[in-house]
Amino acid sequence: MSLTTSNLESHGDDDFVDVEPQGESDGKVDVEGRSPLRLAWARFRADKLSMISFYVTALFVIVAISAPILIKLGVLDPQTPDYTLIDYSTGGLPIGWGGGISWSHPLGVEPGIGRDVLSRLWLGATISLSIALSAAIITVIIGTVLGIIAGFSGGLVDSAIGRIIDLVLSFPSTLMLLALSGVVVDRMRDVGVPNGPNGAFVNGFYVVIVLAAFGWPPVARLIRGQVLSIREREFVDAAILMGASRSRIYFKEILPNLWAPLLVYFTLLMPTYVSAEAALSFLNVGIKNPTPTLGNVLNGALPYAYTDFVFFFVPAAVIAAIVISFNLLGDGARDALDPRAAR
Amino acid sequence: MFAYTIRRVITGILLLVVMSVVTFYLFYASSTTPERYACGPKCTAAQLETTKKSLGYDEPTYVQWGKFAKGVAVGRTFPDDPELRKAAPQLVQECPAPCLGFSTGYSAPVRSLIQDKLPVSFSLAIAAFVLWMVGGVALGITAALFKGRLLDRAIVGLSLVAFAFPTFFIGLLLLKFVSIRWGLIKLPAYTPLTENPWLWATGMILPAITLAVVYMAGYIRITRAFVLETMSEDYIRTARAKGLNQRTVIGKHTLRAVLTPLVTLSGLDLAGLLGGAIITEQVFNFNGVGKLSVTAIQRFDLPLIVGIVLLVATIVIVANIIVDLLYAVIDPRVRLG
Repeated sequence: MSLTTSNLESHGDDDFVDVEPQGESDGKVDVEGRSPLRLAWARFRADKLSMISFYVTALFVIVAISAPILIKLGVLDPQTPDYTLIDYSTGGLPIGWGGGISWSHPLGVEPGIGRDVLSRLWLGATISLSIALSAAIITVIIGTVLGIIAGFSGGLVDSAIGRIIDLVLSFPSTLMLLALSGVVVDRMRDVGVPNGPNGAFVNGFYVVIVLAAFGWPPVARLIRGQVLSIREREFVDAAILMGASRSRIYFKEILPNLWAPLLVYFTLLMPTYVSAEAALSFLNVGIKNPTPTLGNVLNGALPYAYTDFVFFFVPAAVIAAIVISFNLLGDGARDALDPRAAR
Repeated sequence: MFAYTIRRVITGILLLVVMSVVTFYLFYASSTTPERYACGPKCTAAQLETTKKSLGYDEPTYVQWGKFAKGVAVGRTFPDDPELRKAAPQLVQECPAPCLGFSTGYSAPVRSLIQDKLPVSFSLAIAAFVLWMVGGVALGITAALFKGRLLDRAIVGLSLVAFAFPTFFIGLLLLKFVSIRWGLIKLPAYTPLTENPWLWATGMILPAITLAVVYMAGYIRITRAFVLETMSEDYIRTARAKGLNQRTVIGKHTLRAVLTPLVTLSGLDLAGLLGGAIITEQVFNFNGVGKLSVTAIQRFDLPLIVGIVLLVATIVIVANIIVDLLYAVIDPRVRLG
């Protein structure tokens, strides 16, 4: 997925406003009092597909936030097995149509153990989206900081960061994610990363860290490119003449001009990381059963392709729906924020 | 261009050296007891100590890296023990340069293990590459020609949907239904191309489709976008005004412009795949480098893991250089230097 890196309109007088790109992670754009933003928002709203993807994404975010509350309230129950729903004469398949679909289990129950599939997917979405969100935030922070430093400093620092980027990009990332899991998870336990229930926390933490560790180079390249043109602008010269410190120039002068590409990149990172979590689950890396993630629920459903197609298909469809809605949202945001790139 | 190539090759080699150091430290230095995996679960403390010594894990990481680097340059012997060599030469294995180390899990040189599996991964990567390039470019052009109409939306939409499903799910769906349930295609299996091209193709088609689907969506989008962009250029209007037919305009004038970004992108994507498609090989039980690496990781076979990582990295670095050189060949406006 290539990103358009052409210049975005600056905010004129708003350059001193501190904007945190990661604060807008849920896809909602704050429109108060900024005219370029309002223009972008208007363009975004005019596009039907973007709006649909916006609502669908918002729905997934609400789902993700609500899972822990609904579990506390007893509406969802992802953990309790119910063996009365299982027909052992068929080798552990759920009783009833479509994998045991009923009013109390709208998506059926898990074969063999009888846990509610909807509850598991609901909480799984929370955990998968949290992993994707944390990884995306860390990716964007590392990429932005290094990108700004490389772009603004130039010279030796720039080429050093460039070589580090080359190095990281040369690693086969799937292989590294898989190969490092044993060693690094042990190490993380040693340095005191909490284990969590059944090692869920440390395993999830590992996925977040390695996804970010191998994911930041494209962000750094994107940001570096933007900074190269921003640093030539008058307001940066003015800040330097006024004796502003390095960090002030980086974060108060340059960063506010970068939020638009960052927001777009961030939105497109989310689906990538949701897919990555699922792929890693397939390779037995990351959070494991009984703690549900979208990836490990799907992974557990793989043997039931013939016998319980609903159970096999639904987790994959949920992952696909999240990936599609975030991708369309990202595309919509890009077209709205950068009309020249509209295709 | 010659000087540029030399410079790129030298930086590539330097990059590989640094990578090998980083990889060594990531794996050798960060694992506290690598010998435990090699020795097995029922290993006594004394056996553990012997294993550690014989595998050289007791030495500092930089010494182990030094031996590895020496092996790549001039070759080495396993175990590296001159006395044993004198006493019982049949126990010592030679590993000629470039030696990537000696697998603890397979008791064989890493290079020959990888070499055995490379044809499978190469076949798979190239079959998938052909599918996604042909499919992606053809569908991308079609979508661009029908811009905004139903066919365009169907192509772009369906490719996004196919892309959104996890790879292993699509692979299993194809394997379990198309191949096993409905019996439309025989069970995927690798047959060398030289042995029987027909069996090679039929055995390769499902895994290749699985891999191609992942990449196809991106190529359709890029082709579509570039075709649309180029079609609005003045020289396309001129070509049409000259009275050229649609096929010449698309085939000769538009495609030429689309070729450059596609070569860059596809070269790097293909390179990433040549070193093994871990998930697809796992789904279809293909004995390629991807599956080898999964086995290596399960057995914690450090020399094999490091060997595969460095091999894949070499392929990626070489591909980067080739792509940049091709770039200048395709587009004469590009100046290297």
